[in-house]
Amino acid sequence: MLAFSLVSGFALSAFVIVLAFLFQNTAVGASVMQRFGVSLVNYTLLNLPQVLMDGLTLGFVYAAIALGYTMVYGVLEFINFAHSEIFAIGAFVGVEVLIALAAYGLIGGQNSLLSAYLWLLVALLAGMLVAGTMAVLVERIAYRPLRGAPRLVPLISAIGVSFFLQDAIRLIESVTTGQFHRIIPAFGNFDNRIPLFTVAGNTVDIQIKSLIVIVAAIIMLVGLNYLVNATKVGKAIRAVAQDRATASLMGIDVNRIISMTFLIGGTLGGAAGVLYALKFTRIDPFVGFFPGLKAFTAAVLGGIGNLTGALLGGIVLGLLETFAGTYMSIFTMGVAGAEYKDIFAFGILILVLIFRPQGLMGENVAQKA
Amino acid sequence: MSLLKLENVHSYYGRIHALKGISLEVNEGEIVTLIGANGAGKSTTLRTISGILHPREGRILLNGQDISHMEPHKIVYAGVGHVPEGRGIFPKLTVRENLEMGAFTINDRAEIERRMEYAFSLFPRLKERINQKGGTLSGGEQQMLATARGLMLKPKILMLDEPSMGLAPRLVELIFDIIKQMNQEGTTILLVEQNALMALSIAHRGYVLQTGQIVLSDTADNLKANPMVQHAYLGIE
Repeated sequence: MLAFSLVSGFALSAFVIVLAFLFQNTAVGASVMQRFGVSLVNYTLLNLPQVLMDGLTLGFVYAAIALGYTMVYGVLEFINFAHSEIFAIGAFVGVEVLIALAAYGLIGGQNSLLSAYLWLLVALLAGMLVAGTMAVLVERIAYRPLRGAPRLVPLISAIGVSFFLQDAIRLIESVTTGQFHRIIPAFGNFDNRIPLFTVAGNTVDIQIKSLIVIVAAIIMLVGLNYLVNATKVGKAIRAVAQDRATASLMGIDVNRIISMTFLIGGTLGGAAGVLYALKFTRIDPFVGFFPGLKAFTAAVLGGIGNLTGALLGGIVLGLLETFAGTYMSIFTMGVAGAEYKDIFAFGILILVLIFRPQGLMGENVAQKA
Repeated sequence: MSLLKLENVHSYYGRIHALKGISLEVNEGEIVTLIGANGAGKSTTLRTISGILHPREGRILLNGQDISHMEPHKIVYAGVGHVPEGRGIFPKLTVRENLEMGAFTINDRAEIERRMEYAFSLFPRLKERINQKGGTLSGGEQQMLATARGLMLKPKILMLDEPSMGLAPRLVELIFDIIKQMNQEGTTILLVEQNALMALSIAHRGYVLQTGQIVLSDTADNLKANPMVQHAYLGIE
């Protein structure tokens, strides 16, 4: 996994460096020289470490969301399109907890750094708990009664749940707070930057909150890996994913295991929501839509149903998007700016579906899907 | 009192009337076999007993307790083991994990290890493959794994669906020897087989199914001597 993220990071870096050399002596190079006073190649190289770092951070957020899609798909062969709203619920619960804590004077101002980290953890756990519970409820109410129905039926139900939850969040937020755009309160030292190393007089640094995102995501991924591979529940989840009827003949309560799957996926999604809010500060009820779609793309890219695949897909997509966001406007001299970066994410989705529908790590799912 | 009793059981696949009033009994300590042609309802009978299908009419009693509408996993806890047709092993779990799933109802680690050792003593080949994925085993090994997994549960009654299907004759004999041995150690067996001769040679009693109904029931020896059975299922003219 580490090797893979290194390889994809290197590949993308090499690609932009080659591009930089190619365009060095064209109008593109000239415009960079004029604007920043450095050659195109140097400009590219100077930005590279920062781009890699930001790309990884975003990639881990996508990975944490993608795991929810892929786990549910693995067990039910069904895309839970309401997962993006589970993510949003996690974000809102986390942010509301922090806003309440700020109102009581428990975070921000003169409070100690240690308390800031502890309260952030509390907000994270609260977001995870509510999001996980919500995911279980959604399955119980909207999917389980449709278990025997044709595939399209639960899918439509999921889209309905997605809209319902978006508007439910908006309603609740509007009624209780008078607005539905929420901003995470400023507290702790999360905005500070830690310098990592210096390249040619330029310091590469990482924001503390990015570091938190990466560390939290890695802890969750390691935990999930242990849960799925080494515990009895994890083995039961894999057994149910492979053959539901036979699993029930082993004494496994299939419904309970499916609920567990939604709980785990929802918990990860909720955590990703809180981390996303920490990183990007501003959230609204529709905040889950794009990260959700991109995480879904990441899951498909990695091979839907495959946990490692979701992780790798998330990292590749996060890197690619950040690279596109940074370098595209440079190489096109501002014609196609960062706002076009989403073309890459969804372009990948289309390419993968055409040329490798089973994804990077997936086995042949053609007959299943 | 019989260990397992079916009273006038009717089962459906959608609108297809698959079992049309099956009544049968299995007493403690017996090997009972269901024989019949393809599509006679043998597997459906087992699937109805283990709760994957629920009877629309009639009752299934285990030790006198009605289990007709219990969920499958609760029926397993009540003591019914089912080795499904087509082996039904978990292809992406290792041999060890497959066996652990067989003992899912047991929480005592040491007991699970003991049973696994016992299963390995019967099927030493599986021990050599312990960390291999189930799907990479040969057909014969997969059948051994499915049977061994059935043993892990130590059920009161073990139902085996076509344990000889697709196996070399030597392996068929091995599997049947083990079924017999399990029975001598106290497990009641309900055996579904296409290979009627093999099944009747180890069974105490048998039932003959035809299009969802029981047409004949007798001791194994009498069935073997029955001209109709000989003609239809034993290939004797």
